[in-house]
Amino acid sequence: MNPTKTTRRVALGAIAAAVAGFATQGSAAGHGIDLAGETVEFVIPFSESGGSAKWANFYAPLLSEALPGNPTVVVRFMPGAGSTKGANWFQEQEYENGTVIFGTSGSTQFPYLLGDPRVRYEYGDWNVVLASGTGGVAYLPPDLAGQMDGLDATPLQGENFIYGSQGATRLDLVPLLAWEMLGLSVEPVFGIKGRGDGRLMFERGEANIDYQTSSSYLTGVTPLVEAGTAVPMMTWGALDESGNIVRDPTFPDIPTFKEVCEATPACETSGEQWDAWKAFFIAGFPAQKMVFLPQGASNDAIATYTKAFNDILAREDFAEISASQLGLYPQMTGQAAQATLEQGTNVPDEAKAFVVNWLSERYGVTLN
Amino acid sequence: MDVLATALPALADAFSLILQPNQIMFLMIGVLLGLSVGVFPGLGGIAGLSLVLPFMYGMEPVSGLALMVGLIAVIPTSDTFASVLMGIPGSSASQATVLDGFPLAKKGHAARALSAAFTSSLFGGLLGAFVLTFFILIARPLVLAFGLPEMLMITILGLSMVAILAGRIVVKGVVAACLGLMVGTIGEAGAGGSLRMATYDIPYLTDGFTIVIVGLGIFAIPEIIALLRQDRAISKDSTLGAGWLDGMRDWWANIWLSVRCSVIGVIVGVIPGLGGSVVDWIAYGHTVQSSKNRENFGTGDIRGVIGPESSNNAKEGGGLVPTLIFGIPGSGSMAVFIGGMGLLGYDAGPQLINNNLDITYTIVWSLALANVFGAGLCILLSGQIAKLTTIRFTLLAPFLFMMIAFAAFQSRQSLGDLVALFAIGLLGILMRRFDWSRPAFLIGFVLSSQAENFTNMANQIARSKFRREFEAGIEYIFSPIVIVLLVVIVLSIVIGVRQSKQILPEGEVASGSKRAPLIFALCIFGYLAVAVWNASGISLLSDKIFPLTVGTFGLVSTALLLIQMIRLPETHAIFADREAVGEDATAPHKLWPTLSWLALLLGLSALTGFIIAATVFALAFLRRRAQMSWIMSLLMTAAGIAFICFLAGSLNRDFPPGLLQEYVDLPWPLR
Repeated sequence: MNPTKTTRRVALGAIAAAVAGFATQGSAAGHGIDLAGETVEFVIPFSESGGSAKWANFYAPLLSEALPGNPTVVVRFMPGAGSTKGANWFQEQEYENGTVIFGTSGSTQFPYLLGDPRVRYEYGDWNVVLASGTGGVAYLPPDLAGQMDGLDATPLQGENFIYGSQGATRLDLVPLLAWEMLGLSVEPVFGIKGRGDGRLMFERGEANIDYQTSSSYLTGVTPLVEAGTAVPMMTWGALDESGNIVRDPTFPDIPTFKEVCEATPACETSGEQWDAWKAFFIAGFPAQKMVFLPQGASNDAIATYTKAFNDILAREDFAEISASQLGLYPQMTGQAAQATLEQGTNVPDEAKAFVVNWLSERYGVTLN
Repeated sequence: MDVLATALPALADAFSLILQPNQIMFLMIGVLLGLSVGVFPGLGGIAGLSLVLPFMYGMEPVSGLALMVGLIAVIPTSDTFASVLMGIPGSSASQATVLDGFPLAKKGHAARALSAAFTSSLFGGLLGAFVLTFFILIARPLVLAFGLPEMLMITILGLSMVAILAGRIVVKGVVAACLGLMVGTIGEAGAGGSLRMATYDIPYLTDGFTIVIVGLGIFAIPEIIALLRQDRAISKDSTLGAGWLDGMRDWWANIWLSVRCSVIGVIVGVIPGLGGSVVDWIAYGHTVQSSKNRENFGTGDIRGVIGPESSNNAKEGGGLVPTLIFGIPGSGSMAVFIGGMGLLGYDAGPQLINNNLDITYTIVWSLALANVFGAGLCILLSGQIAKLTTIRFTLLAPFLFMMIAFAAFQSRQSLGDLVALFAIGLLGILMRRFDWSRPAFLIGFVLSSQAENFTNMANQIARSKFRREFEAGIEYIFSPIVIVLLVVIVLSIVIGVRQSKQILPEGEVASGSKRAPLIFALCIFGYLAVAVWNASGISLLSDKIFPLTVGTFGLVSTALLLIQMIRLPETHAIFADREAVGEDATAPHKLWPTLSWLALLLGLSALTGFIIAATVFALAFLRRRAQMSWIMSLLMTAAGIAFICFLAGSLNRDFPPGLLQEYVDLPWPLR
């Protein structure tokens, strides 16, 4: 691409944004799903500063190029009640002309799975057009990591661990339960605003165990590992086609929690505790972020969006541009996305009951 | 000299990267957008950045960074317009500017206050950029030295400013701050998610109030209503006394104050997790404490503008330090900035500084240049824009009401925003009437969740350290930084309490009868009692300990106040009441009819949606209250509505929908 041309285009665009944004607001009539002249609202139930915002901002311009008619795609933020507010709003939307899409994350699924009284949305009513996975890595300070006996975490059981947490009912449920299964006594310090703050607590020596999702691990923790101030402990793993937990493709050299659990006598990879952990791991990581069309969407619309996302994924430069933003994880459409949705939103009743009970006994957190 | 050897060549490279016509053009676009967005209260950096974010993808990195940095850098510059001219805190970073800036405008010194503010901003911004240049290479260990106990101490230092802003009756200031802290705890607790003074049946309350709404309600609404009742211009005699050159001279005369406050701004900005909301209060408190003759603070002392304005631009430079070296955003707009950098292909973090120091320094240069352009432009404009204060206020008011309602709606995009704005506005009006320190309330509110979280978290970590080893615990709580901050806090409180009687953040207020002030104090006692009772029912200790402690302290203080009220004669300052004697009592318009105009706008919005309501409201107001002709009323209304539609359209914002929109599908902007 010619750089001067690009810059001029963008410059004009930035100036014109004020005018254009105003002019394209009117809702045009028309059938089928050519979105020429439309503005597609990509609604995110979180604030401008989180991981979902990063994900949506990554996809929005690509989607604008890939959709027929090249509509303007704007990301709209609707934060509140840990994404429940936005999801409840989306539940009330009826399909009109395909100009509203909605992006969820694990934080939208967990209250749904746990029966939070504020949840008035039903995943079954929506139409999934993209599912993005991610992974997570737990890490330790070097002295504690050195105490591990190979993969056996038993020597760490006497240690007092401190972990900066956003809340036991959030994604942090997965690491907290995993560590507990290994017999570690981890005390979560609640009230941090994002996982970045947790990493900072670890760097300051206030916390001595932490985990990050893959993309944050790559940018934030890898330099620490290189400097020798952090050592990876385990990943949560990834799912293979038949639903087994295997090594995370982004971190093939780091053992999974399953391997560590197998090597640690206190931990078992079967039974209700393991099933509960696995169910919530799937909901939180491999099925973490999804894009939906509202209920009542026509098959044309679903096909159009699916094709658009397929085209994005098929771009020659996709691997390159997505690596730093999304990590090396499956981005699924069509049947695969549907399967992921089902895995991520159906948790066996026993697993749910186990987690609800564990949350209230261990942390005093009740959901109603 | 290692640092210099690394820094200087990269700085030179960055300079040649940024000094291209293309990049300068993008920087200017960013500056212009930032200035335009910053003028409107409640929008701020996030709204501005969201506007340019869609264009980041595929942009040339230096241009993209110049565009974003230009935009962020000047927002704390231009938000001063609203603070000084209208008494509306443009953003949380310029709340303290209102205290002296607005009284100056009322005295006809708007241009002087503005140019002093902009010169201070310019200086603070440049100092921030300068510090960023070198500090970024060595800051990592220093930033890591600020753990939770240190952050808690800085938060308490911010709270200690209540001492000097408490007003004539110290106990009233203390109660106001407790009330602010308690209002800040409304909603889900940060630690365990228990509900406090909220229910899931009213989802709006579970997220608590936003700082935008509380700032607008506590400062802007009472001032606008009070001015509106007078039916004259903001500047008392409709003339401008001092010009913009005077403001620059004022700054020069107080240059060391500006240096000190800029340094405060940089330091607070550098510490991640604190956010910018304390910095202007700490700077204001420092300004008052370190000044010799203090009697004019709160009624229009130029130093009260120079202090906070020097600090809030310096904070942006400081704030880039943790953002760039840890990749951890210090504020919402910094988070969006990091997202934008990602779209340009750069990830903030240590590797950015190690591998792309020249790119990092283009950010520094952009910051410095943007401050020069932005502040320069504002200084040039300040003489003209200050003339707004000579216009009859009744003609401005309907548009200010619309602006405030629109700004408030941006915080949650719910009708609850408008209800909350009105409720807090009412509290603000009453606090102003009975001379309760509104800055103290606001400081309490702003710092509430930080104070609670840091206390809980530091306590938890300290206990774990003590369990391991006694020395480790002591070392953790009493680090050298904590001890230094503790001394500063004690000094700040001692000086504050000793001086507070001289400093009247709201000016002199006469006393009236006993009854009304007593009822208001009883209402506050009642609210605190209910809040404490509500907190006592929470099962999680981490969620109830803070509201219980603060609330009980507030209750005891209010009880002391009530005892004093019963014993003292009604001429005592404790019974201050603006409605009894003075400007408000003799105003041509009564309080309630004036307030009901605002109620009309908000109520009508709930029925017909914002745009229809605003049209009806503006027409009715201009015609009836302002006595304009039909033609003028129509023209002004049309212009106002067109403008607000343009603003919302270009920022891709919605308007509050009403009952009508539930049933009828209307096209934008009516929907």
